[in-house]
Amino acid sequence: MKRLSLTPYVIWMVLFTVVPMLLVLYYAFTVPTEGGTTWSLENFTRFFQPIYLRVFIRSLNLAVISTLICLLLGYPAAMIMAGNAFKRKHVIMLLFVVPMWMNFLLRTYAWLTILERNGFLNSLLTFFSLPRVNILYTNGAVVLGMVYNFLPFMVLPIYSVLSKIDKGVVEAAGDLGANPFQVFIKVILPLSLPGVVSGITMVFMPAMTTFVISRLLGGGQFTLIGNLIEQQFLVVGDWGFGSAISVVMIVVILLSMAVMSFFEGEEKDVALW
Amino acid sequence: MGDVSLKKTVLMILGLVVLSLVLTGCGKEQPVLYVYNWGDYIDESILEEFEKETGIKVVYDTFSTNEDMYVKIKSGGSTYDVVFPSDYMVTRMINEGMLLKIDLEKIPNRVHIDPKLMGADYDPKNEYTLPYMWGTLGILYNTTMVEGEVDSWDVLWDARYAKNILMLDSQRDSIGAALLKLGYSINTKDPQELAEAAELLKQQKPLVLAYVVDEGKDKMVAGEAALALTWSGEAMYAIGENPDLSYAIPKEGTNLWFDVMAIPKGAKNIEGAHKFMDFLNRPEIALRNAEYTGYSTPNLAAWEMLPEEVRNDPRAYPSEEVLANTEVFVSLGETLKEYDRIWTEVKAF
Repeated sequence: MKRLSLTPYVIWMVLFTVVPMLLVLYYAFTVPTEGGTTWSLENFTRFFQPIYLRVFIRSLNLAVISTLICLLLGYPAAMIMAGNAFKRKHVIMLLFVVPMWMNFLLRTYAWLTILERNGFLNSLLTFFSLPRVNILYTNGAVVLGMVYNFLPFMVLPIYSVLSKIDKGVVEAAGDLGANPFQVFIKVILPLSLPGVVSGITMVFMPAMTTFVISRLLGGGQFTLIGNLIEQQFLVVGDWGFGSAISVVMIVVILLSMAVMSFFEGEEKDVALW
Repeated sequence: MGDVSLKKTVLMILGLVVLSLVLTGCGKEQPVLYVYNWGDYIDESILEEFEKETGIKVVYDTFSTNEDMYVKIKSGGSTYDVVFPSDYMVTRMINEGMLLKIDLEKIPNRVHIDPKLMGADYDPKNEYTLPYMWGTLGILYNTTMVEGEVDSWDVLWDARYAKNILMLDSQRDSIGAALLKLGYSINTKDPQELAEAAELLKQQKPLVLAYVVDEGKDKMVAGEAALALTWSGEAMYAIGENPDLSYAIPKEGTNLWFDVMAIPKGAKNIEGAHKFMDFLNRPEIALRNAEYTGYSTPNLAAWEMLPEEVRNDPRAYPSEEVLANTEVFVSLGETLKEYDRIWTEVKAF
């Protein structure tokens, strides 16, 4: 009976996860030849040329920076929300979540109008007689777009872990003579690590593969790995190379998750996933 | 008890009535025509008129790049009866057997199409396509921000306009501009010429504000940049929104492009597709489309009815000498990968 109820999920997983993955692997490891295809590593060796490696390193760089900023902004926010000091935590929660109900593309386009030369930000700065800034179409704008879009993915898992920490443990630490800083470092932080790990993974992965943010806010000047993949499928029609890049990305993400789970410790049951 | 059986009878009768209604609805099945066009590229009231006149229901979908359209048709998941690819994509689709031959006899209004815009290289005998709109690649510029006359591709490499230049995030068009500046063919497969173009684009990169697609015309209208590489139809739209803007076709020559009407393989309503293509070539319909989109119509009869200032605007309808110095994109086959590598190199630089 239990098996039977699992069947629809198994079918779903096979159709939409396993089969597509196998197809991606198939395309990645084959190259078209006269009248057929042959197995080859050509797509991968091509990826390790300097120009593509440079794209990869740039993506990694921006994704790491964005993830760190999200963590630095998100952790305190999650702590405030989980703490007792703030009564209307549901309001803050709602304010974090509501923007996500709006279309992602629309929100990114809005930044385009805010940041442009004669845009909202510069009008505001001029009004207060401050120097104007040109951030649109820079790496900074891309990072800003990523942080803005992915911050909730950092805050929510950390919040969900923090709010489940037994208050008694924190009080006990205080009673036993730890100052607030020690309480944080020795008790709260270690207990919240699973949430931090979830948050980092949930921000890092989309940040590493986004192509819309870098195109709109970076003005297409900063090709990221996501742009490269999109280009292979839609413009060049080189599915093999596109799939190979995707496989490399999957490996990178698996590796980073392995490193993460190493830090995650035993409190696995608290993590979101 | 009696009450229950009465209810049952009433329900059954109602059920039968509904069923019969549904069935008769099926009997007089209305023919449907699936059309796949670029976004915002038709006066949609024309579709209603076509429906009224022919009784064919039009299902209208849009795409934003040739490549999106290609992938959707190629994957075979959806069937369309009329599609609107551009020139180089036509070559690719014909080579891959994705287009059906059209029967010109069924499109009497084809006689209105300008003969000099028929029989282009991508379809020399017009066996598969008829032109829908056409135009050039050129430079949209803000007359208040640019000094002197714009008449050469060189201006896009002019350091005076550093961070005021918008290029297209489109491999063929941006590499094409560099090739034209160098005096080479926009369809070149020569690695040496392509390497020179790549070098030129890398030199240009510090001057470029952004590589854009759709948002480029809005940026120009808002005065966010001085110069933009763009297509004539987009340029004419932007000029309509902001009179400070103008459009130039550089003297070195340029790309001549066509968006065409074609019938993809697997079309179900081939008869209707021909009717639709004929309808769009009616002079008054083609006129309305040209006025609505601002793009240049290949329909001579429609062109003659346009207001004089539009008809004689050399930016939208360039002279024969200018047209003689243009080249249509052809599909590059495997060399496209080389263009992609160059483009990635420029953008990752």
